[in-house]
Amino acid sequence: MSRMEQTIGTRGLVLNEPLVFEQGSPGRVGYSFPPLDVPEKKAEALIPKRLLRDGISGFPEMSEVDVIRHYTRISQWNYCVDLGFFPLGSCTMKYNPRINEDMARLPGFAKAHPYQPEELSQGALQLMWELEQYLADIAGMDRVTLQPSAGAHGELTGLMMIRAYHTSRGNPRSKVLIPDSAHGTNPATSALCGYRVVPVKEGPRGVVEAKAVAEVMDNEVAAIMVTNPNTLGLFEDQIIEVAKIVHAKGGQVYCDGANLNSIMGISRPGDSGIDVIQINLHKTFSQPHGGGGPGAGPVALKKHLAPFMPVPTVEKKGNRYTLDFKRPKSIGKVRAFAASFGVLVRSYTYIRSMGAAGLRRAAEVAVLNANYILSQLKGTYHLPYDRHCMHECVFTDALQSRHDIHTLDIAKRLIDYGFHPPTIYFPLIVKGALMIEPTETESKETLDQFIAAMKRIAREAEEKPEVLRQAPHNPKVTRMNETKAAREPKLRWRPAS
Amino acid sequence: MRYIPNTDRDCAAMLQAIGVRSVDELFADIPPAVRLKRPLKVPPAMAESEVARHLRELADKNANADRYSMFLGAGCYNHFSPAIINHLVLRGEFLTPYTPYQPEISQGTLQALYEYQSLVCLLTGMEVSNASMYEGASATAEAVLMAQRITGRSEVLMARAVHPEYRTVTRTYASQLGITFREVAFTEAGVTDTAQVRKMLSERVACLVVQSPNFFGAIEDVAPLAEVAHAVGAMLVVAVAEPVSLGILKPPGECGADIVTAEGAGLGTGLNYGGPAVGFFATREKFIRYMPGRLVGETEDREGRTGYVLTLATREQHIRREKATSNICTSESLIANMSAMYMVTMGPRGLREVALMNLRKAAYAKERLAKLRGFSLRFTGPTFNEFVLRTKKRPGEVLKGLLKRQIIGGVDLGRFYPELKDCLLVCVTEQNSRTEIDALAKALGGTR
Repeated sequence: MSRMEQTIGTRGLVLNEPLVFEQGSPGRVGYSFPPLDVPEKKAEALIPKRLLRDGISGFPEMSEVDVIRHYTRISQWNYCVDLGFFPLGSCTMKYNPRINEDMARLPGFAKAHPYQPEELSQGALQLMWELEQYLADIAGMDRVTLQPSAGAHGELTGLMMIRAYHTSRGNPRSKVLIPDSAHGTNPATSALCGYRVVPVKEGPRGVVEAKAVAEVMDNEVAAIMVTNPNTLGLFEDQIIEVAKIVHAKGGQVYCDGANLNSIMGISRPGDSGIDVIQINLHKTFSQPHGGGGPGAGPVALKKHLAPFMPVPTVEKKGNRYTLDFKRPKSIGKVRAFAASFGVLVRSYTYIRSMGAAGLRRAAEVAVLNANYILSQLKGTYHLPYDRHCMHECVFTDALQSRHDIHTLDIAKRLIDYGFHPPTIYFPLIVKGALMIEPTETESKETLDQFIAAMKRIAREAEEKPEVLRQAPHNPKVTRMNETKAAREPKLRWRPAS
Repeated sequence: MRYIPNTDRDCAAMLQAIGVRSVDELFADIPPAVRLKRPLKVPPAMAESEVARHLRELADKNANADRYSMFLGAGCYNHFSPAIINHLVLRGEFLTPYTPYQPEISQGTLQALYEYQSLVCLLTGMEVSNASMYEGASATAEAVLMAQRITGRSEVLMARAVHPEYRTVTRTYASQLGITFREVAFTEAGVTDTAQVRKMLSERVACLVVQSPNFFGAIEDVAPLAEVAHAVGAMLVVAVAEPVSLGILKPPGECGADIVTAEGAGLGTGLNYGGPAVGFFATREKFIRYMPGRLVGETEDREGRTGYVLTLATREQHIRREKATSNICTSESLIANMSAMYMVTMGPRGLREVALMNLRKAAYAKERLAKLRGFSLRFTGPTFNEFVLRTKKRPGEVLKGLLKRQIIGGVDLGRFYPELKDCLLVCVTEQNSRTEIDALAKALGGTR
């Protein structure tokens, strides 16, 4: 057996499968309906003909079996957490418990309507109210709005509240401070709120330094957006001073909580002087990513911002839970209905399954796992910030680029070895970054396999670099022509004319 | 803890390899002043069987569409979803990957989203669709922002017959950027007043926003609205909160809409107390570079095999940062794919059939209820699967009376429209049997 065959990565049988539009046959059906039990009026008798369509051209006609086969076949072209290690930095790709899925599908949740009477929604409201209490304590905040549908949606909600707060004090202000290591959503969110972005450079230790903030802080700065722990996997250890400087000039401190997983039960953002933080339930609280959503981004906040929360909030009065829409200073709403409720059910179930001690344990093991990888790959890969990390460690391709092997080649080769690549070329301040976040749900054996693969790739970079440049070799397709995709956009199937 | 594989022994071995004595040393960067010195205020862990019982108890405190005759719609519709949809989205390969940043090992999600984009275009009659927004209301808000980017204008005309929550969300988003709103009244037919639109339109208007079927269930005649909007260089945004209607209604794309948004949860995902959902977002080809959200495109690999990638990312936040077309990142891929699975399972005939069932059942209910003493139809225009019923008795009391018979009769419109405080919004889908409708009529007859 060759060495390659001993790794978990291998080639298996995957089937080809065309687009749905090239399948099926006229008259084939995949559904069934009971017979119509009311008079069969013609559509034209009820609706003027000019408002009716002729039919939906181009849709395939498939049987139930065809549909199952189609999606099952293409599903097998995906790598996923259920299949193996997915160390995508800042994405917290932890295991997604299946009990959560069952709970979200209980008829009392899945078949409840957002406008059914409050007295017939007490279970849903109780769940939301309790989830708010848990998240508030985890974040060290006073209130939480559960409404936002994703992390960036939470950022937007948080910044809108900050804007409303400043406006209520006479000036919405014009600028937001953002460290260079921030995720792109932070500046994009600021722009959506009408703010100009002022970049702040990290210090040599990879964290924001108080004196750098002091230099740019003035009375026109609405907020600073810090990510803590940051995208280099480091705890912002000057955050207390930074918050004091920002507060002294009337600014607010927004924390991007994408990396909350590593400090749950250990340190609470609210205790560092942070005023607002979004919590990505699809990262820290085990909502599955679904190939890019659904997620949820509840926003936790200090009480001075509570008047500006989106409506409705969930309140408890005696033993009764109610939705409060009468909040005159509210920013309004960022989505229809109360929240992405099904996501909340999953995260609530997760929190109750883990308990206080379990959440803290998750943070500890997540950090331990990241530091274990850091310690084992140090020397083999360049480590730009040589110190203990939190949830993730960031290496670079500096040692491999001597052989003209770059981060992308390393990432693609990892696929052949049976792993999802880390986040690459981010944060932007680290040239050729490989950002590795293992999470707590990976065993030491898995980490050892990954470490061995990374070391073998480093050897290959010296001995047979061409193998890396052509990687990946095992998946159904190899590197895609992204330039062609962008230059000649083909974004949909079209019926043959 | 069953989700954390490493044992104390594993941890000890790792600590040794790292060269520290305890996990605490790894947290040394956290200043002591901000260390939490007590356990979190979260109850102790529950076993799987305990947590399942607890959640069942909570769920059982809620009404649900299996236990009640539900006549609620208003942007969240109770439709049947074939069993295979749920089974397919539960496959770990769809459920547990991230956004498809590594196309070689994400072709399943990418091809499914490419098919989704194509299906959305075919359903709405538009040229190009993105790979999903959060839900219908925020998608509509982003459509307004896009219209502002394209036209450089900052005034928006919004039909009052648009879902009240869509209006609130759109205002919340747009007011951050100084966009101003004016509302267009509805007529006695329950549709947007075209004459008023014509008067209000000017060369300052970025777009007109209408919904069809609108919040009252009435079908808007979109084509003339498009014509008058385009005459002054304004765009037309059409929101569709009930996508099943597109099984029979003329798609907005054939009526001159420039941007179509829709709430896709009605296609296979269901109620879920309002979410997760999915925002469809479709437009004209010439506007592609102004679009928010992810786009999946077809291309080929090094060996010429067809495949799919995320593309045109130069519009997006991770490349353009503060100059991006939106801040959206994680959206609703799985729900988008659920809706695609539903559309494919139903096919063109199924979608038409389910739309017709909704239309006919609602027509039957409309006719029956309008004949009851003390009740009448508020509007005269054609409707799809919802209609507004005026009641002599206070709507709140009518609804309360129905609850005793396990019927949730509709939405008290006074909650959103002071001028309609004597009205109920009633929705009938394919899930409501004739027996249920008859029981509703009988119960209403008795609540006079």
